[in-house]
Amino acid sequence: MKRSLSLALLLAVIFALPPARAATEADYKAAYAAAEAASKEATGLRNQWTTTVATLAAAKKAADGGDFDRAIAAAKEAEALAKASIFQATSEKEAWKTMEIR
Amino acid sequence: MKARSAILFGSALAALVVGALASTHVTAADKVDPAADIKAFQNFFFQKFPNVKHEDFANGPYSMNEDMKRQWQEKEEFPPYEFALDAGKEMFATPFKNGKTYADCFPDGGIGIRQNYPYFDEKEGKVVTLELALNRCREANGEAPYSYVKDEMASLTAYMAYTSRGKLMDIKIPDDPRALAAFENGKRYFYTRRGQMNFSCASCHVQSPGERIRAEVLAPALGILNAMPIYRSEWSSMGTTSRRFVTCNSQTRAVPLEPQSDEYRDVEYFLSYVANGLPISGPGARP
Ligand code: HEC
Repeated sequence: MKRSLSLALLLAVIFALPPARAATEADYKAAYAAAEAASKEATGLRNQWTTTVATLAAAKKAADGGDFDRAIAAAKEAEALAKASIFQATSEKEAWKTMEIR
Repeated sequence: MKARSAILFGSALAALVVGALASTHVTAADKVDPAADIKAFQNFFFQKFPNVKHEDFANGPYSMNEDMKRQWQEKEEFPPYEFALDAGKEMFATPFKNGKTYADCFPDGGIGIRQNYPYFDEKEGKVVTLELALNRCREANGEAPYSYVKDEMASLTAYMAYTSRGKLMDIKIPDDPRALAAFENGKRYFYTRRGQMNFSCASCHVQSPGERIRAEVLAPALGILNAMPIYRSEWSSMGTTSRRFVTCNSQTRAVPLEPQSDEYRDVEYFLSYVANGLPISGPGARP
């Protein structure tokens, strides 16, 4: 009984782990792709932030080291930063005038 | 943490935009009018700093702080840019492989002309800065271009500024829609917030001149290019206008543009034009 339980556990571990890891890597890839797309848009608007670039690089480094949890968190953060920079560039198209000396 | 601050930042921006939209009245001021702009720009600084002599605005941070100015004037006996100046003078006189020199590329042999740069080139339809003109001169004579941010370029521009000291900035905006567009684009670049810190050039150099940021005293935007290029102790070397723009962008966590990109050329055009009438004081030295 005890034995079969540990066997079941072992099997569960063996079968459960690889799919869980694969899913994690796929999640990372999706998160990274989204961040990268937003970051490219910011570059196209000539309004890239140094922090977006650095956080994207950190995501990649974590993923290369197999730490997908951290990689995903960093990728999401990079995407948020890139989106904020896009928002900034878009709103500044008009808002810059409020700063002007007249 | 950072993601949260980005989002917080986003909502702060949103609030700003709502405010901006509410206060935006569509005025006729949307027409490009450099003559009106220079008047407003200079008046702003003359009124904000009534005790600063007008020509002193060409001395960057020193115009804002008497102690600093005294220390600088003492240092001027053995200025740290002297080495670059000598190097620039020699480079200027040394012929290229084809026997020509820089003097062949410029009006008046390149002596005493700094105050006319940047200019709007009607053939190209774009702004041409002194740094750009120097590299184009090299390439036209079969020489490789120099880095825009230091060393040789700083030495050459230092020498050209030195031969122009005291001449009044004299930037022309021809009656050409492309020149007006370049001016307007430079103005927009100057006032546009960028980088994670959400600062524009004006946040520091219009709203806060004279204030300290880390150990440095912020220079006023008026006359801010008249002393270029500069020796900075923090760099332990000379830096060009391009180098200064790159550094200022990075400080706000904005990825800098390529030196001599259209935006940098245009913002140099704008800042130089609004400094018309102020003397060339370069090369400069900064603590
Ligand atoms: C976060 C504040 C900040 C912002 C934003 C900023 N700068 Fe600066 N800038 C500085 C500091 C600090 C210095 C060095 C001290 C000084 O001379 O003002 C400096 C120096 C300069 C100088 C040299 C002045 C001199 O006499 O030595 C120039 C030119 C300049 N900035 C241009 C710009 C332009 C153009 C922009 C916009 C693209 C910009 N700066 C944005 C902080 C800023």
